[in-house]
Amino acid sequence: MNENRQRAMITVVGHDTVGIIARVCTYLADNNINILDISQTIVGGYFNMLMIADLSGKKKHFAEISAELEKLGEEIGVVIKIQREEIFDLMHRV
Amino acid sequence: MINISEVTETNEMIQRENLDVRTITMGISLMDCIDSDIDRFCKNIYEKITDRAKDLVRTGEAIEAEYGIPIVNKRISVTPIGLVGASACRSREDFVKIAKTLDQAAEKTGVNFIGGYTALVAKGMTDKEKLLIESIPEALAGTSRIMSSVVAGSTKTGINMDAVRLLGDIILETAEKTKDQDSIGCTKFVVLCNAPDDNPFMAGAFHGVTEPDVVINVGVSGPGVVKKALEQVRGADFETLCETIKKTAFKVTRVGELVAQEASRRLGVPFGIIDLSLAPTPAIGDSVADILHEIGVEHAGAPGTTAALALLNDQVKKGGIMAASSVGGLSGAFIPVSEDQGMIDAAAAGALTIEKLEAMTCVCSVGLDMIAIPGDTPSSTIAGIIADELALGMVNQKTTAARLIPVIGKKAGDHAEFGGLLGHAPIMPVNTFSCEDFVKRSGRIPAPIHSFKN
Repeated sequence: MNENRQRAMITVVGHDTVGIIARVCTYLADNNINILDISQTIVGGYFNMLMIADLSGKKKHFAEISAELEKLGEEIGVVIKIQREEIFDLMHRV
Repeated sequence: MINISEVTETNEMIQRENLDVRTITMGISLMDCIDSDIDRFCKNIYEKITDRAKDLVRTGEAIEAEYGIPIVNKRISVTPIGLVGASACRSREDFVKIAKTLDQAAEKTGVNFIGGYTALVAKGMTDKEKLLIESIPEALAGTSRIMSSVVAGSTKTGINMDAVRLLGDIILETAEKTKDQDSIGCTKFVVLCNAPDDNPFMAGAFHGVTEPDVVINVGVSGPGVVKKALEQVRGADFETLCETIKKTAFKVTRVGELVAQEASRRLGVPFGIIDLSLAPTPAIGDSVADILHEIGVEHAGAPGTTAALALLNDQVKKGGIMAASSVGGLSGAFIPVSEDQGMIDAAAAGALTIEKLEAMTCVCSVGLDMIAIPGDTPSSTIAGIIADELALGMVNQKTTAARLIPVIGKKAGDHAEFGGLLGHAPIMPVNTFSCEDFVKRSGRIPAPIHSFKN
């Protein structure tokens, strides 16, 4: 679990539009956050993306990144959430 | 690797089904604050509490933000004041002074409640404990964040009827002192039998003398999540029903375990226990009564309710125990009336009576909780209801409790409003036949025999 402590899940949900991935990825790159995995689907026009990111090189506090991603989401018109990974691991894996 | 549907499931539970961690409660021992001078004692406890808990709220908020899971309450429990305040207090006013100090410490640390204005009198009362009990009405009326409890019975000691009789008067006096706010003082006071030392839930939380100096206990919740999961298996057999509750309880508890371990690590305070509880709130979709309805009773209180609740309570424990490293506290389903919209509706519809609630408390955690009764209920009747509830706990070797609110100036069928998490409640009718002659006997009900179980 320790090596996962620096990993986070970023979820992006909302109406599909041009450049969602580009803008989220640009933000992450600017903040030295490495993307480990991306999965993305569109269901009924709804954009649904899950990213697993490595925060070990991050330049800012978690709370700051979280707030900035939320703001970025508002600009694009989607909901962006970042959460540490353990909550999902613990809940869905015995 | 976690997949997108699992992430969505977790976030749906949080956003739509009210999944949360109900409370992180920091237990703080005040044993080393004891002093024979009341002012020095108050200074000692204020300093210790505000030092040990200075990062509690901030840490709780950081965990909330990083994991995306709401932690509804951050609270503190302390060593029963009836013990640690005994040396310093010579009057009721001295005890009230301690209550005000605790209230200030709670405000300073930012917690919403502090529990432990408590007397442990299961077998007998010391003079000081009696003074504390007598100070409760004023302590609760003059503070906003204090929670008070009295342990008046246990399986090993029997029931202290002298204390129970006194508490009938104390509850009425507390109601009278806060009658401007529908007797809200009584929502902060509970009488217990077999009280656990490590309970993180109010009003009965206190930091037992067997506990370490400081400890973190966490209470989980999640009735909305269980209800939603059961909607998917409507009409299925009992095996499927039980399996679904267990799996859901496992998931809910794992979140609690994560929060508890993180809080413990970040605060540098040992982790105590997870309290596996389904704790409702007045919010729509956060109701234990709704789960009972989903299991198949029209309203909580209908025939079959006790069996459904017994099943629910047991499966929550079975699922939760595997998810937690250490379990304690009250652990079970809570059935408060005013804090659960489904229970409020059931009581208003006439499906739920105090007598049925009493039966339900035989099979779930805690007891007669947040029940508003007519303001003209005699003290002896309140004592009688408490004695009945404590007897259930004493004989069945479980925790039981009574938190009754005689709402001054209101009668059965009226409505009381407490606000926030404390909710609102219809005033429930009370059996009007007298138990005066029973209650006025002095002494105690002896401990029950521990063999010949029938």
